[in-house]
Amino acid sequence: MDSAIQISYFASAVLFILGLKRMSSPVTARGGIVWAGIGMLVATSITFFYPGMHNYLPMTAAIVLGGGLAFWSGRRVAMTNMPQMIALYNGMGGGAAGAIAAVELLKGQYPSTTFLALALAGALIGSVSFSGSLIAFAKLQGWARRPLRFPGQQVFNLALLVSAIGTGAWLVVQGELASGLVLLFFVLALAYGVMMALPIGGADMPVVISLFNALTGLAVAFEGFVLDNAAMIIAGTVVGSAGTLLTQLMAKAMNRSIGSVLFSAFGSLEAGTADEVGGSQKAIDAADAGVMMAYAERVVIVPGYGMAVAQAQHKIQELTELLIKRGVDVKFAIHPVAGRMPGHMNVLLAEANVPYDLLYDLDEINPSFPKTDVALVIGANDVVNPLARTNPESPIYGMPILNVDQAKNVIVIKRGQGKGFSGVENALFYADNARMLYGDGQAMVGELIQSIKTI
Amino acid sequence: MIAGMTALYIFMLAAFTGYEIISRVPVILHTPLMSGSNFVHGIVLVGAMVALGHAHAALEQVIGFLGVVLAAGNAVGGYVVTERMLEMFKRSKKGAG
Repeated sequence: MDSAIQISYFASAVLFILGLKRMSSPVTARGGIVWAGIGMLVATSITFFYPGMHNYLPMTAAIVLGGGLAFWSGRRVAMTNMPQMIALYNGMGGGAAGAIAAVELLKGQYPSTTFLALALAGALIGSVSFSGSLIAFAKLQGWARRPLRFPGQQVFNLALLVSAIGTGAWLVVQGELASGLVLLFFVLALAYGVMMALPIGGADMPVVISLFNALTGLAVAFEGFVLDNAAMIIAGTVVGSAGTLLTQLMAKAMNRSIGSVLFSAFGSLEAGTADEVGGSQKAIDAADAGVMMAYAERVVIVPGYGMAVAQAQHKIQELTELLIKRGVDVKFAIHPVAGRMPGHMNVLLAEANVPYDLLYDLDEINPSFPKTDVALVIGANDVVNPLARTNPESPIYGMPILNVDQAKNVIVIKRGQGKGFSGVENALFYADNARMLYGDGQAMVGELIQSIKTI
Repeated sequence: MIAGMTALYIFMLAAFTGYEIISRVPVILHTPLMSGSNFVHGIVLVGAMVALGHAHAALEQVIGFLGVVLAAGNAVGGYVVTERMLEMFKRSKKGAG
């Protein structure tokens, strides 16, 4: 039986790697998750035959309970809430790694110092990922929107981390697992996770979730060493390194470094810089805007998270279809950070049946704006602000933006005259070629559709 | 335990593998891929099952039980949301919409 278990774990490790590889291309991505899923099924089923096990009844009950709740919540969560759901499931994985370590440490016996050190390292990382992810979930869910900051926070957090590591090191050196100290160790690790996630603003959350994802992978790998389980070591390490790279890519797409996400506050920049934006915002009504788009040759739609909040993506899809039928060339310009996470907007549009080959990323679409007749901006703000290109004083200066201002005409659908997430005034709205269509995203796109239909 | 150096080699090779897999991924797949890798570390379920399977004292059993609940949530939830996201990627040629 033992070799059957080892072979199954080996097969599942191969399936995980091939599955992840397939998930990195849009054509094969769907198959990828199925491959990885088969790997998980193989590994989990064979584990029931692991030698010397008991507690089968609570084990099965726990799988049904945890799996059932996750299945139920995963099926019904709205696509807009996907980032916090990923954070939640990721936190659960970190918590599980911490729990494995706790069970092993409670036994009070261990084969070697390396074993103890790895168990504790995995426990620390897993616990931080667990409590940190829960905070990330709560924030994105809107339960705790304001980032919590206080003077001396960095020092406090550092002290917390150092004492957690110190307690772990003390346990290793002493070699005696006093339950009080083990408990203190877990409490410190969990507290650090909370304190680390609390000061981070909503816009930076995706990077942090991705970081916690990588950390959980690492914690799983460490506990894999402890349990002598090659599948856990390989899968955990692959996720750890892939997740680290993914975190870097995301931070880069947002023009932020990981360091600045973790240790500085974006929101605290605001107010100081007074932007000089001349001119006034010029309104347009839906009927005129509809005519403009219907008779255009090339239209580029620039969606932002505001579109998803207004649930306008299905109307946008209808509008796209209508324009294509009239022979208009329609493209979508997707900024890397449109939505809540890189790639989130693509998922939201895909849900509304917008074909993914109409979607273009920043580098692909920017050269074509000067040839574009109408650019329709819906629910996006900072990512189309030309000040990022022109004004070195601006807090968003240097951020890669979509050059919407170069289009012949720009129509901006917007609720009111407010500023963007960064609190920066948007020069695009005051440009001569820009017209503002004020109102709810979904309602306004509906009116556009009506106006085009009546032509 | 898997002998020291062998373990280190496994760790090193797996780390490079993970890095190589992701290095050329288009931005549109960042979210599904993060979700997919989140599913893959759901393999922690195997470890949680083994830990609970060998737990004796009451406290060990309770923590082991919680571990399995959390791990199963990670694995199942990770799969469901990733699958839901990826199922939406369609091309216009094949009659979407």
